[in-house]
Amino acid sequence: MCVVCGCAGDGSQVTMEGHGHAHPPSPYSPAARRAKSGAPAIRRAEPAHAGASHVAVDPTSGDLHFGAGAAKVSVPGMSQARAIRLETDILGENDRVAAQNRAQFAAYAVTALNFVSSPGSGKTTLLCATIEALKARAPGLPVAVIEGDQQTSFDADRIRATGAPALQVNTGKGCHLDAPMVAEAFARLHRHDHGEERSLLFIENVGNLVCPAMWDLGEAAKVAILSVTEGEDKPLKYPDMFAASSLMLVNKIDLLPYLNFDIERCIAFARRVNPDIQVIRVSATTGEGMGDWLAWIESRLKADAVASLRAGIVRSIAS
Amino acid sequence: MHEASLAGGILQLVERTAERERFARVTHLRLEAGQLAGVESRALRFALEAIAPGTLLDGARIDIDEPPGEAWCMDCSLTVQIAQRGDACAHCGGYRLQPTGGTELKVIDMQVED
Repeated sequence: MCVVCGCAGDGSQVTMEGHGHAHPPSPYSPAARRAKSGAPAIRRAEPAHAGASHVAVDPTSGDLHFGAGAAKVSVPGMSQARAIRLETDILGENDRVAAQNRAQFAAYAVTALNFVSSPGSGKTTLLCATIEALKARAPGLPVAVIEGDQQTSFDADRIRATGAPALQVNTGKGCHLDAPMVAEAFARLHRHDHGEERSLLFIENVGNLVCPAMWDLGEAAKVAILSVTEGEDKPLKYPDMFAASSLMLVNKIDLLPYLNFDIERCIAFARRVNPDIQVIRVSATTGEGMGDWLAWIESRLKADAVASLRAGIVRSIAS
Repeated sequence: MHEASLAGGILQLVERTAERERFARVTHLRLEAGQLAGVESRALRFALEAIAPGTLLDGARIDIDEPPGEAWCMDCSLTVQIAQRGDACAHCGGYRLQPTGGTELKVIDMQVED
């Protein structure tokens, strides 16, 4: 079992395209587990009788240690079993790395958007169209893309064809990107010059309307894409994703005349699970609604720029 | 599917605690997965049982508490119970709800043996 990608088999790997990054061997393999245990100098003695298993014998001196058990003290007749209270978030480790990513993005003046949707909603086509449109509307705005898929680099190839740098992250059997994957991809992707110039990072998550909702990647916002060919009730069927997203892009609206898709109903459903969600209707194919979408991106860029300016002023006053 | 990743995260937490607290096995693990946490308890239990053999969790009893979903209704200014996101307020029938409880996903505590 792999914590990073959730892969189940031994052969599953998270790979970073073009960099030969192999996912480390499972930390739960017997060898890794032995290495991890830190080889304490004190070995546990074979119990002489029941209840004495917490006695430890120093292998060199033969000294006996009665406080080496879980309870740190030996009381005759008392079991070494005890309760440990943790109250720890299961996603805490991911969230810690996500917070680091967020700080990195702030340091490099990067506004990161995490695109989530089911497979086939038109994420990559929309991203390509967005990059092309930004070239005309905001020339000089650097845009980079991290592409998440289980396999292949098809999507990164499509992005690169627009001229934007892209890095494919293959999750193997994993169903979502997590914060450490994005941290590694960003380190490989980014130029690492502390420029003043703001840039845009699109993270295209694995096509999956369930799992990516739970994993914070350090993004400024999650953008859910729902195409009109999918059915208007998806926000209710998969509420967690729409609850986690700041914006819903209703894509492929050029196909509306051919479908029974009640777009108002779809938006009402999305607002049921997230009263604050913003909605923009777009067609990557015809360009309809792209102006509103680009304006939304620009508003996020501006908000991040203002926030970083403010943080800079606070820092300079403090120092 | 993401329950498998979560199970791995739980095992990692347990192993880190074992390094610190020095214990050999977990006999009882208590988790909390709120009704609005986006986790299917049965799938999480299945994933934990699947990875347990050969680990500190081998043979551990696993309890998963599922605190009910709660939300603040912005129109009623009341806390109401909801079974899932997208449910209406029981008082006004509206949907302007902000989940406030049942979103937790935690390891609460565990019983360990040396």
